[in-house]
Amino acid sequence: MPSAPVAKKSTRAPQRVAPRVGRRASELIFGDLWAFDPAPESADPKLKPRYDLFINGKFVAPKGGKYFDSINPANERKLTEIALAGPVDVDAAYAAAQRAADGVWGKMPGRERAKYLYRIARLLQDRAREFAVAETLDGGKPIKESRDFDVPMAAAHFFYHAGWADKIEYVAPGRRVAPLGVVGQVIPWNFPLLMCAWKLAPALAMGNTVVLKPAETTSITALKLAEIFQDAGLPPGVVNFVTGAGDVGAAVLNHPTPAKIAFTGSTEVGKIIMRSLAGSDKKMTMELGGKAANIIFDDAPLDQAVEGIVNGIFFNQGHVCCAGSRLLVQEGIAEKVLAKLKARIRTLRVGDPLDKNTDIGAINSREQLTKIRALVAAGVKEGCAMFQPECALPPKGFYFRPTIFSGVSMSSRVAREEIFGPVLSILTFRTVDEAIEKANNTAYGLSAGVWTDKGSRILKLSTELKAGVVWANTYNKFDPASPFGGYKESGFGREGGRQGLLDYCKLI
Amino acid sequence: MLVCSPQAALQRLFDEVGSVDQIGIDERVAKYGTRSVKKAAKLWGLRTAVSMVDLTTLEGKDTPGKVASLCQKALRPHDDASVPPVAAVCVYPSMVRHARRALRNDSVVRIASVATAFPSGQAPLKTRLAEVKAAVADGADEIDMVINRGAFLAGEFGRVQDEISAVVTACGAATLKVILEVSELETYDNIRAASFLAMRVIRPGDFIKTSTGKTSLNATLGNNQVMLEAIRDFYLDTGVAIAMKPAGGIRTAKQALTFLIAVKETLGDAWLNNTRYRFGASSLLNDLLRQLEKEKTGAYQAPYYFSEAAESY
Amino acid sequence: MARLPITKTPKVYVGGAFIRSESARVFPLRDAAGDFFANIPQCTRKDLRNAVEAAAKAGPGWAKRTAYNRGQILYRLAEMIEARAGEMAAAIALGGATPAAAAREVAAAVDRLIYYAGWTDKYEQVLGNVNPVAAPYFNFTVTEPMGIIGVIAPDEAPLLALISLIAPAFTSGNTVVALASTTQPYPAILLGEMLATSDLPGGVVNLLTGFRAEMIPTFATHTHLRAISAVVNAAERKALALGAAESVKRTILLKVEEKRDWFSSALQSVDAIRNTLEFKTTWHPVGA
Repeated sequence: MPSAPVAKKSTRAPQRVAPRVGRRASELIFGDLWAFDPAPESADPKLKPRYDLFINGKFVAPKGGKYFDSINPANERKLTEIALAGPVDVDAAYAAAQRAADGVWGKMPGRERAKYLYRIARLLQDRAREFAVAETLDGGKPIKESRDFDVPMAAAHFFYHAGWADKIEYVAPGRRVAPLGVVGQVIPWNFPLLMCAWKLAPALAMGNTVVLKPAETTSITALKLAEIFQDAGLPPGVVNFVTGAGDVGAAVLNHPTPAKIAFTGSTEVGKIIMRSLAGSDKKMTMELGGKAANIIFDDAPLDQAVEGIVNGIFFNQGHVCCAGSRLLVQEGIAEKVLAKLKARIRTLRVGDPLDKNTDIGAINSREQLTKIRALVAAGVKEGCAMFQPECALPPKGFYFRPTIFSGVSMSSRVAREEIFGPVLSILTFRTVDEAIEKANNTAYGLSAGVWTDKGSRILKLSTELKAGVVWANTYNKFDPASPFGGYKESGFGREGGRQGLLDYCKLI
Repeated sequence: MLVCSPQAALQRLFDEVGSVDQIGIDERVAKYGTRSVKKAAKLWGLRTAVSMVDLTTLEGKDTPGKVASLCQKALRPHDDASVPPVAAVCVYPSMVRHARRALRNDSVVRIASVATAFPSGQAPLKTRLAEVKAAVADGADEIDMVINRGAFLAGEFGRVQDEISAVVTACGAATLKVILEVSELETYDNIRAASFLAMRVIRPGDFIKTSTGKTSLNATLGNNQVMLEAIRDFYLDTGVAIAMKPAGGIRTAKQALTFLIAVKETLGDAWLNNTRYRFGASSLLNDLLRQLEKEKTGAYQAPYYFSEAAESY
Repeated sequence: MARLPITKTPKVYVGGAFIRSESARVFPLRDAAGDFFANIPQCTRKDLRNAVEAAAKAGPGWAKRTAYNRGQILYRLAEMIEARAGEMAAAIALGGATPAAAAREVAAAVDRLIYYAGWTDKYEQVLGNVNPVAAPYFNFTVTEPMGIIGVIAPDEAPLLALISLIAPAFTSGNTVVALASTTQPYPAILLGEMLATSDLPGGVVNLLTGFRAEMIPTFATHTHLRAISAVVNAAERKALALGAAESVKRTILLKVEEKRDWFSSALQSVDAIRNTLEFKTTWHPVGA
């Protein structure tokens, strides 16, 4: 490392010359004058070599005796083995859930149910670092995010919903409510622990019992959560985990027992589920895909808007249903915004998710990486201009550089299809009405962003955007108290807040 | 030619430079705190920070002896050859000649003098300019001036700017640092606007500076960020590189490293040196030394192992 | 020879610290058998004045905490009491309650605190709302804590009644100055210690001990107290109401002569929180 340069009266400070020729004098150099050393998180995730199913309060081997490998997408190495559930196991899980619903959980006063949920929240807070490392190893997201967002937010969801358990008379004013009974839930791989919390907390708070299937590439933190259920003394059968892939998910959602099912995943799979449940009495909530418009007006505070764009699409490698994947920028500032964006993404660090300085971690699976590459290739083929910062990627593992497409039109595939990766498509607009039109011109309707200094414009856009969540002068903000869910093909039902509870009870 | 009313000038200035979202800034700077700087990177950061310190004494009770002692510390902060000298000492105008005597003419450590009726700036312009000239004549290499906050808040931007221009002239060859006094400007919008007001009339290599250190709110990551972004936007527009100095409130090495991370990620490599970035501080220096010693020996250090330490417990 | 234990000197919890009365006066507390237990600070109007200053200083910071943070702190207070349930039950039993009844009161007080901890980040969703006005404006009503609330607890249920009165007040961001039961002040002394270890900032809750007759005139007239929540007799109600009139204080006065079951869930509700909240309505145009 060079030693610190010392001031002289007339000489300029030493500068690294950028590799490109013809560089304009007034460009910034984001080089490696001060390179950060690796800063790996060292906490022990306390992984078991093998994880069994969690049924009726115990870890039980699958009847078929089969297990599948769980790998770390950062380096493709095996982490552990996960039980592969079969139909017999799913039956056993539902039987346990039904017994608990009819017995101890269904009869328990709300204030006592609340105490279990509070305990779970507190125990998760105790073991926060351990869970954060496990989450990062399993799914590839940066340790910074699992530590500062996923785990604390999961604990907060349990804590928030605990407080509703004895206040259910306020959920639907003027009406009495009752639990639905048993619910079946299938969750995705992008926020494994947090999605567990989003699904379990309201279900349990309202007096239901659950059979839940985590995603097959990210089952570890759910099964660690089961350890916390045991420590908290959660009565057996209240929560049951069955692990496996799509067929296990279908078994969970099609089983006759649950009164209601909840699914978070792609719109494509959501439609398959809806078809297979047609004609059944089951209540459903669907939280599906999105292609959110992030709209920047020329009076927006630009640097903060750029930060918001970056948060909107590169947070969690873009594996976010509500990602701001379409930037709609007002024409007059488009060039300026693009320049600022490029400068900002040059300071994003792609690499080992366990390194505390990593901003963008690994793509969750080879499958997802293939999908991203295909859509990005399509974008290039369609003539969109692509920008990626120059940064080294680790030799093994699944990685993709943050990518910006400019010159995108509304008909481009990269403007219409959900990529679910760190890829931003930039389109321009001239007027407020045009922005609204372009933003709404999609089958999706999960979220949107608005950046402007003008309050009345924020409220107009909030009123007219067909999206379940509108972020004004911010993006990707979540809170257990704030209802989340989409319009149109982004799904139906809400999670979080008072509205979210309505999906987990019946009016009587 | 019609002269604009102060109100019109106000509206144009803010429109031209754009507004700042406070929550957005606060969230951006919070990310700097999550960066983990270890080993060689930490050593580089700590040594660079030492070389950026404007070692300051601005007290009513300053004496030639105190200033001489400060200058010795500035030249040789610790009994360790790998620790560089600081960038400058910062003193009141009446102490400049004592600093010059202690540092002599070929010193690598520069002499910065506050001037223009520091810290309030509430004196006739004539007096303020005379003070600048006198300090430069006594040997000051740098002048730290304060802007006219009253005029700024009353919307008299032309006057604020003209006064800065006059000080630039009075400085001659001396480098100028323009103190905005962020605590009195209060909002990030005002700080951004004041930054541009100054940058438009100072020279490449001059500084904008956060505070006098004499109020209860000084440099924060937030106001540092606002000013760095202003410098960056001005540089990309005009090619003129203005330097930055946060002052006051930065007491620990960890804080200093976080401020440097902000520089690294906002302005890049070209600003990571003491011609483009300084820390206005006094107790910060010893904390940097403590951390350097800890990196060298592996042991945490008591404060009293370092010269000029304030505490003895 | 049996070991002689060290007895504790009770002090009151004000401004996050434990103090004697500024008057240095005390009154003796005797147990159910009539034996001397300890000397309790006999607080004065100046102690009340100082407590209000402490509450005023702590107020802005407490009101700015997120609802989640306040909920966590109330929950931690419950953790602190639960962990020392035996000690607290013994404090209640000093007044003659049976061990079972005392334990029941402690459990109920902890559960009531948990109840209010669960409201901090929810009552806004029930009490506040958006109003569909007949003009192009976004119109919304939110709640806001009032400020410093004065609380006067009855002599009975020395822990449960006190918690039932103070919890709904400070859960929303208000600060509290409370006068504990005159005849059974020791649970409040212990509660102070539990408040101090709960992460609650000093000055948010201040607990005084002493005599109602001495303290009520100042509770009634101190203009910095925005509301009084009290369980008092008819003469005391009159005095409080008259004093309140001078600065338009809100009063929530329960009649001590009415029998009430402090254990009943009728005595915990979101309405108790609403009693010490303001409502603020804002209009903003909706348009390009």
